[in-house]
Amino acid sequence: MELFIHQVLAGLATGGIYACIALAIVMIYQAIHHLNLAQGEMAMFSTFVAWQLIEWGMPYWAAFVLTLVLSFAAGVAIERIVFRPLHNAPVLSHIVVFIALFSIFNSAAGFIWDFTIKSFPSPFGSQPLFEGAPVSAHDTGMFGVTFVLLILLFLFFRFTRVGLAMRAAAVNPESARLVGIRVGWMVALGWGMAAAIGAVAGMLIAPVVFLEPNMMLSILLYGFAGAVVGGLTSPAGAVVGGFIVGVVENLAGSFIPYIGQELKLTIALALIVAVLMVRPSGLFGSRLVSRV
Amino acid sequence: MPSTLAARFKSLRQIPAKPREVPLSWSRIALIAGLVLAVTLPFVVKNFVIFQLTMVLIYAIAILGLNMLTGFNGQFSLGHSAFYAIGAYTTAILMEIYGFDFYLTIPVAALICFAFGFLFGLPALRLEAIYLALATFALAAATPQILKSTPLSPWTGGVQGIYVLKPDPPFGLPVNSDQWLYFLTLGIGLVLAVIARNLIDSRSGRAIIAIRDNPIAARAMGVDIALYKTLVFGVSALYAGIAGSLSAVVVQFVAPDSFTFVLAIALFVGLVIGGVGSIPGAVIGGLFLVFVPNFAEEISKGLAGAVYGAILILVIYAMPSGAAGLVRMLVAKLAGRSR
Repeated sequence: MELFIHQVLAGLATGGIYACIALAIVMIYQAIHHLNLAQGEMAMFSTFVAWQLIEWGMPYWAAFVLTLVLSFAAGVAIERIVFRPLHNAPVLSHIVVFIALFSIFNSAAGFIWDFTIKSFPSPFGSQPLFEGAPVSAHDTGMFGVTFVLLILLFLFFRFTRVGLAMRAAAVNPESARLVGIRVGWMVALGWGMAAAIGAVAGMLIAPVVFLEPNMMLSILLYGFAGAVVGGLTSPAGAVVGGFIVGVVENLAGSFIPYIGQELKLTIALALIVAVLMVRPSGLFGSRLVSRV
Repeated sequence: MPSTLAARFKSLRQIPAKPREVPLSWSRIALIAGLVLAVTLPFVVKNFVIFQLTMVLIYAIAILGLNMLTGFNGQFSLGHSAFYAIGAYTTAILMEIYGFDFYLTIPVAALICFAFGFLFGLPALRLEAIYLALATFALAAATPQILKSTPLSPWTGGVQGIYVLKPDPPFGLPVNSDQWLYFLTLGIGLVLAVIARNLIDSRSGRAIIAIRDNPIAARAMGVDIALYKTLVFGVSALYAGIAGSLSAVVVQFVAPDSFTFVLAIALFVGLVIGGVGSIPGAVIGGLFLVFVPNFAEEISKGLAGAVYGAILILVIYAMPSGAAGLVRMLVAKLAGRSR
């Protein structure tokens, strides 16, 4: 039983990472209705920028804020420069461009900062939260930041004009344009926000998994899993989904004999498919109903 | 309000049910020229280039399968590397452990992949586009882990993989084994392409396309959507499996890390570059997959990935609907001018 509780807590700690990235995935999905395969690599690149700023002697929080601003600007720029000319192209072509961005960011990061593993500072410290606690101060800080971010985003989308305009532009671009919303810029704003959220996630994750160009590969996959389990239309669902995936992965690894450890990823992914069988829009997602 | 998901994928539905007819004489000339080129090339280039060309054809077969699923039936898959892997491992295991003849393993691999594809198509029925893309992506991500796992390792050889011997050319044909495998792949590919075209042009093909364009209308016309969707999934997996089976002997080695999600994504890229809903486009996709990464590496070793990504973006700018879309557009322009 003690092992069980310990494993659940450890699962929650890794689940926090997945929840972070799942949240970023869902936010961009809400804003642009695309699943951005390059999201993880963009976050990784932002984290490298922050690392570089800190290396140059900038204090942590100054580097944090500057990275957010830079990531936001880069996100807007990518939308304006790369995707604007393609807005009439088939959706499958968009996915190929995501793949291209993935390849570019990954290769460029490896070229500029090479593939050696770097440690990234934590603003909360890596000591245990209290004597003998299974979660560290950093894990707790990560939960805290994720929750604050979630609440801020909720307030933004629910109660501000820009938030409402962004939702309208995502759900029904034609009608949104007719009521005077500049849909193109709303999408660009969504990209900027997603890049900034990704940067936060990257900077929170980096102290745990260490910084290197491939750090996001498996995390992104688990993040997708979390987002899908929770439902792509629900930010809170994505966070819960991320925690569920983390806990299931950990429990499967320690309690299923023989294959559990080797097939952790497979079991976590089988979980997604199982959830989707029962609830095709995720646990907390809303079903889209279309009129014919 | 229209379903937003449906609205997102409207662009996919705008692919004409039958591509605008390229004037028959021209398409026939292009086909014959292509075939003549395909038959003469292996006698004038080095063995390594023959190997590369064989890989082009193998990828083309897999892309063709993916095209049946995505291009004609509107179901997404980012997981075809899994079926490709099953095909490759079936051939490798049957040949090296059970001593089967290579040629016998191809139909076995095809049947096994059809069964797996059909079974995976059943849960896929319930999933909307983007969720299906993720579920198949999960399949691709899990494949290497499953292949490496201890319970399967007596057959799969675990991380080590399996070495496979190339078959010698039969009947004392005056070609070396690379050339023979090339012609074998070319022959199988042509047969599969003809089958694909005939299937798409048939009554079943029209049902398959109708499901892509408007599932509700298709159901109202009496099309059994569940049956067709799962069957297409099976056929698509069968194509990928045959491609995998051929790749096992051509590469002479199968290992779990050759079949990661990178392969699945590569096949998807090939599909889009070649042209969604175009059968000849598959060859263009195969050419892209084999030669462009090499080209990118020649330009810059350190930044090969970035160069590849940039080329990919430029290609999508130049032809947003793939090579087939470009050809269709040019033909439409030329036809318009001559009138």
